[in-house]
Parts: sequence; structure tokens; C-alpha cells
Amino acid sequence: MSDAAAPPRRSLWARYSTASPIVVAALALFLGLVFGALIIATTNAAVLDAWRAIFHSWGGLPHALNVTFNNVGAAYRDIFTGSVVDPQGFWHSLTTGKGWPNTLTPLSETLTYATPLVIVSIGVGVAFQAGLFNIGANGQAVIGGILGAVIGSMLHMPTILHLPLTLLGGIVGGMFCGALPGLLKAYTGAHEVIVTLMFNYVTYAFLLYAVLSTPFQQPGQENDIGRTMDRSAILAPLFGTKSGLRVSYGIFVAAAVVVFAWWLLDRSSLGFDFRVTGANPTAARASGISARSVIVTVFLISGGLAGLAGVVQVASTTHYVDGGFLIGNAGIGFTAITVALLGRNRPMGIVWASLLFAALGVGGRNMQASTGIPLDLATVIQSVIVLFVATPVLVKEIFRLKEAPTTGIHLSTTGWGA
Amino acid sequence: MQLELRGMTKHFGSLTANDHISLTVEPGQIHSLLGENGAGKSTLMNVLFGLLTPDEGEIVINGVVVPIHDSGEAVRRGLGMVHQHFMLVPVFTVAENVVLGFEPTKSLDRIDYRKANDEIRELSQRFKLEVDPEAIIENLPVGLQQRVEILKALSHDAELLILDEPTAVLTPQEIDSLMEIMRSLAAAGKSILFITHKLKEVKEIADVITVIRQGRVVGTAEPTASESMLASMMVGREVQLTVEKSAYNPGEEVLEIRDLVVLDDRGLVAVNGVSLDVRAGEVLALAGVQGNGQTEFVEALVGMRPVESGTITLKGRNITNFTPRRALDAGLGHIPEDRQRDGLVLTMSVADNLVLNTPRRAPFARRGTRNFKAVNEYAERLVHDFDIRTTSIQAPASSLSGGNQQKVIVARELSRSIEFLVASQPTRGLDVGSIEYVHRQIVEHRSRGLGSLIVSSELDEVLALGDRIAVMFEGKISGVVDPSVSRESIGLLMAGTTMEAAGV
Repeated sequence: MSDAAAPPRRSLWARYSTASPIVVAALALFLGLVFGALIIATTNAAVLDAWRAIFHSWGGLPHALNVTFNNVGAAYRDIFTGSVVDPQGFWHSLTTGKGWPNTLTPLSETLTYATPLVIVSIGVGVAFQAGLFNIGANGQAVIGGILGAVIGSMLHMPTILHLPLTLLGGIVGGMFCGALPGLLKAYTGAHEVIVTLMFNYVTYAFLLYAVLSTPFQQPGQENDIGRTMDRSAILAPLFGTKSGLRVSYGIFVAAAVVVFAWWLLDRSSLGFDFRVTGANPTAARASGISARSVIVTVFLISGGLAGLAGVVQVASTTHYVDGGFLIGNAGIGFTAITVALLGRNRPMGIVWASLLFAALGVGGRNMQASTGIPLDLATVIQSVIVLFVATPVLVKEIFRLKEAPTTGIHLSTTGWGA
Repeated sequence: MQLELRGMTKHFGSLTANDHISLTVEPGQIHSLLGENGAGKSTLMNVLFGLLTPDEGEIVINGVVVPIHDSGEAVRRGLGMVHQHFMLVPVFTVAENVVLGFEPTKSLDRIDYRKANDEIRELSQRFKLEVDPEAIIENLPVGLQQRVEILKALSHDAELLILDEPTAVLTPQEIDSLMEIMRSLAAAGKSILFITHKLKEVKEIADVITVIRQGRVVGTAEPTASESMLASMMVGREVQLTVEKSAYNPGEEVLEIRDLVVLDDRGLVAVNGVSLDVRAGEVLALAGVQGNGQTEFVEALVGMRPVESGTITLKGRNITNFTPRRALDAGLGHIPEDRQRDGLVLTMSVADNLVLNTPRRAPFARRGTRNFKAVNEYAERLVHDFDIRTTSIQAPASSLSGGNQQKVIVARELSRSIEFLVASQPTRGLDVGSIEYVHRQIVEHRSRGLGSLIVSSELDEVLALGDRIAVMFEGKISGVVDPSVSRESIGLLMAGTTMEAAGV
């Protein structure tokens, strides 16, 4: 038996030329950007015109390349300056001390979008770690948002009570909405993917009902819009209302969730049960872990976090819910599935993944505004990243990476039949 | 057919699975390839059969170097393989399975069943492999299914048969008849390459024995060589083949099972009214061919399968239909049959696996937060005490060899305070050294007064460990006998004969 041998020390290059999760994620980002560049180059009219010219004369080749690089460069520059910082503006603020709010707006927007995304993605990630698919996080966030908005707008009390109660309302709403599929799976075997997916439609219907019904509908409004929350119930902007920066105290809520998730997954015996169940359900059973209680608990926690994300979204941005709440592009509960995957279901991984997705979304809007390249490009880049992260074999082949030595990290969950 | 392998070498990354293996099988010879699990036997066969490409070396058939790129080519060259797990379609007839892929046809592409049946009858007669060509495979006992596999190879004009661990699933009587078949095939001029890790069989049947260890040929031996010599060649050190047990000194009754009835996954009765008693300081071995209800029986004991009727009493406490958690807490230790499926979480660390069923027990956790210091100290101690070979307690269980994975489970179960041990196939797939170790641990705890039930389909293991031997057949106990009873009698009980007829 040779398994007692110590592992050989690996050089820095050897370490980074292996397919470790971080290397794969970084290379997937790179591939996403390359793929995005190809899309820009093949769809942008100016670029195509420049290339068409080389059919007449090869002399047009430098020009064509130039136009291509300029367009791609401009698009990516806009994504960066729109989501992180504009270096010129930053330098200006730094030297003159003026215009800080403007300079910080992109970062503030990215953080604002990332905050609820982190929370809901951790909810989804916790479920993944237990081998459960919570596809209904968006609906749970919707219910959390509604319940939070109801408490925030229809009850009146001082901030010290009102804000915690509002957040708690969101958690309870999400828990309720998550518990139902959990109970259905635990006691009848109904597959959670189907049930949670369908629950999203139920919650949309409920949302429309709520914002169009008398007690909750904004007084004097005919439209699908709910009441506005009291100032005592909202997550105020971190730098005051006057700064114009939307980043709110919600980031502390997200930070608390990250710490909670770290404790839950890495430190607690409950999380140990979750991970054992996710990694090997039969061994979990043989070790005395009750699958039922794990399923129900996971869905309570996952739904609770989704609900919290919903209320954080409302309380830190619009302060009311309307018929378009978390619909379409804003459906963070769906984005959360890919974010959790990209972040390997680990709390800090999810933070980085959320920031990346938020930045691509926010920066993409800036790019659309200034270059006319549609926002969908950001979605394409996000999708390509996730595609490559989900299939490390591809990345390994493309970059000829060596197999990573086995680590204790368990990424994917069990599949459909589980 | 004469087959020669010259310097066969196969690497998997940094691992050398086959290191310049050379051997020659003469026509009409039964050549035994003996080695532990993981010694490289399967790799060699896969290379020979064209399923893997060798890095070095050549295959020589009847003096001519032949490249073999795929299994079709291997078959055309006269090689036939009988896999450990049969490659048969259960709902087809014997004839249909044998001609599968090479069906004789009549006009309009209809299968000519009469011709197929005739061919098989002719083959069966020629090689004395009686089997009804029209029988449905799933209705046949395992021994006959294996014959069908052999027939299938012969129908493709195989001149050299490779039998990969063919006796693992057979009763002693079926093994005897397989041996007969092998002898008659050899007499008819067929060459046989017989892969195994069982010493008794090798000695009984082989003309020549090649022993491989860690991918290398360590030597050849005559079948007259002693078992202990073969074992030490195989393992690379002296091995104790018998387990030394202290005197049989049973205490009070610990486990009492009465009229237990358990259903299998299809809802059919798998365990049919089993009653057994086990005392403290006693090992009750449950023998039987796989699939006679042992799996369901054990699952019912440990709470993983509902009990239809009957009772299980542990130290006077009724534990029938307990959940696994309550059964564990009641003091039932369990070494599961399939360690990778039921016993371990392979992606998790050795330390986590060592506390897999006690993560909440003090001092491993306090108020829901795990205490890693306590867990790690405990894991370090167990790794040391049970000689678990691992690079660290944080290494994933998947990085351990099969023997060491089993040691993790044995260490976990024997180190928490248990009243009774249920071990199901505790040494399946383990190398000789690990088998020795696991047996010693069980016997040691027996002398400290632990009662245990050891379920095994290996007769050697049953005889080595059991103070009493219960034999299970089709869900019933066909007899409880003393270990001094002859192998043949136990074999007959395993095949369903009554105690009287088995001569006990």
C-alpha cells in the first residue's frame, strides 16, 4: 500500500495549471469575455462593414482589425466604468476632492444589485449542498417582499421595532412559501423541482392580487402598485439620501447572512447533516439522519433566505412592490441558481459570483446606453461563464490543465432522480 | 491456442497499473493469475481484450505478434471473456443470449431459432455444459447463467477463455461443477486464464500460477505450493490465514430475533420468518449465497427497512422498526454491505467520516456547533489505533484504498460504545492483509464480550469467524450448525437442502 506517502510539494505554476475550482472559474470568466467579444465583432454593423471592405482590398485589413478592437474595447470599458469605477472620474475626485458621489455611483449600484442576490443565492446554495433544488427561490422572494412591504407600510412603529419586524416578515413569508414544497417532498415524495417551479406562478398570481386589492393597493391608485413603506421600515442609504448613492444598510444584512451560512455549512452539526445528505443520501440514512427533517429544514432555511432577499430588495430600493416585482430580468431568484453554481455553493464563492453578475448587469446597462450594444450581451457572457464552470472538462481541455488532486470540495448536487 | 504477453505496461498518470508483465498460456493449460484487488489483474485483461491500449508490450498469439485494438478483434482472434458480472439479457432465452449479435437468420431477416437452439445443444454436448437453450435467463441459478456466458464465448470459437473471478457468486457445489467444466475444456484443448484471489481454488485447478502484486509479476508457482506461501507472495509479507480466537465463552443473550418477516423492494417476501439468538461474546455467522434475503435482513435489523412482522430485541429492549437513528443510539453497530454507498461519504474527510453517525455527541459538538478540535483529536487517535493509512485526517475518504476505507468504518463502529455489531460482508473486495485485520478486530471485540452477527457469502470467512453458523436460503434459515461441520454440508444447506439431507 503506497497511500501513506506524503503528497509532493507543488510549485506555484503546478498549482495554478491544475483544474482547481478557482482556476476554472477565472478561465471561465476569460472565455466568457472572449465569447462576448466574438458576438460583438459578428453582430456590430460598423465592425461588419469594416470587414466587408477587405473583400475589395486587403488594404482594409488593419482598419477592420482596428474597428473590431475599438468596438470590443469600448463595450468592455463601458461595462467596467459602469459597474466599478471610471478611472478618470476617480482621479478627478482624488485630486480635487469633488464629485465623489458621481465617481462612486457605479460601485454603489453594483453593490445594491448584489446585496439581495447574495442572500437569495446563499439560500439556493444551502439547498444545493443538501442535494435539493430550490427552483422556487424567486417566488419565495416575492412572498417575502410582499409580506415585508405589508408590515412596512400598514403597521406603524419606531425604527428599532419596525425594521427588524419587516425583515422578519420577509423571512417568515419565504419560509412559508418554501415549507410547502419541502413538506410535499418529505411526506409524499413530490419532486421539489416541479413543485417549487410551479409555486413561482402561484406567487406571481398572488402578487398581482395583493397589489390590486384594497387594503394593500396604494391609496388613490388604479395601477398594480402596493403601498409605500414607512421610513421606519426601510433600509436607508448608507451615505444618506442626499449622496444619491443607493447602496444601503442591506449590505450588513447580506454580511450577516454570509456569516450565518458559513456557520451553518462549515461549523454546525445541522449543516453537517445537510452536506452528508447531499453527498450521499443512503449513507446519511444509515448514519441516522432523517431525510424528512433535512428536507423540511433545508426548505425552511432556503425559503427564509429567499424571503429575506425579497424584503431587502424592496426595503433598499423602491420601498414598494408592484406587479413587475422580481419579474423578467429582475428575477434574482432565478439568477441565484446560476450564481450559486458559479460560487460552488460556498458563502464566499457566492459573494464573488454575485458581485460579478451584478457588475455585468449594471455595467451592461451602461454599455447599452453609450454604445448601443444590447444589454443581452451581459447575459450572454454570464451564460458562457456558467456553461464553462458547469463543465470543467471543457475548460481543462481548452487550456490543457492537469487534473486537480482530489479535494474535499463537493460541487454538484445529485441530479433529477435523487 | 498459445498466448504470450510480453512486457505489458500500462500507466494511468503517475500510477503504473501494469509494469512489464509477461506470461505465457500454453494450449490446454489452466493458467491462474493470482493477485489482490488492485494488483492490476483487471487492467491486464482489459488491455488484452483491447479495451485499453498498452503503453508498451505486445500480445503474441501462436507465435505471431497481433495488435488488438478492440474487443471485436479480440473475439475474432479467439479470445473469450467471462465477466464477473454477467453480460446477459435476463428476459431473453439462453439461445437468444448466446447468439446475440450473431443471430442466424432465415428469409426476411427472421431469427432462425431452431438453428440457434441446435447450435447450442451441439456446443453443450461437446463441452458437457448442459443447459436448456429455451430457458429464460432470469429463471436460471447463477451457476447456470455462468455456463451460458461460457457457451457464448465458445460459440464464437474462443480458443482461450478468460474467467474473471468466476467463483465469487457461486455456491461451493456450483464451484465444483465449474471446476469440472474448466477441466473438460482444457482437455478439449482450450486454454484458460483464470483470474482470482482465492488460494484454495487456485491450488485445486491451476496448472501454472502467476502471482502479480502492484502491477508486477512477482513470480510463478506450482499448484503444490502451500497456501501461506502463495498468500505471502500475493501480499508481499507473511500472512496469517487463520484467525486466532480465544475460547468460546458465551454470555447472556444480547440479540433475539423472532419470526422476522421483511419485504424486498418489489414487495415480495425476502426474509420469511427468521428467528435467531446471539449471545454476548459470540459471533454468529450468517452464511448463504448472495441474494437469499441477507441484505434485507440486515437492513431490517438496523432500521433501514420496515419489518412486516416479528420482533427484534436488543438486551431486552424491543427495537423492532426503530429508525436508524434510534437503532444506532440503542447500541447497534453496523458495518454495511456496500461501504461506499451506505458507510461513507467519499467526498468528505476521513475525520468527518469517523464521526459520521455521532456528529452531535459530546464532545464533537456543543449546542449545535461542531467542535473540530475534539473531532480531529478523536480522528487522529482512531487513525493511529486502527492503522488507517491516509495522508491526513482531512483527506477525502475517496483517496483511501478499499481496505483503509473499510478500516474507517470498522474504527467508527467499534469505537463508539455499542452493545452489538452487525457486519455485512465485512471483507468483500478487500486484500488479504486488510481481511486479516478486520477479522482480528472482530475477534478481539468478541473476547471482550461483544456479540456480533457477521453476514458473509465467503465460506472461508464464515468458518473462520463463526462460533455458530446459520445458513440462509430463500429467506429462511435452513440450518444452524457448528463450525466443525464439513464444508460440503454447509454448501448443501446454502443450496437449500434440509439439515437431515445435508447430513448434519
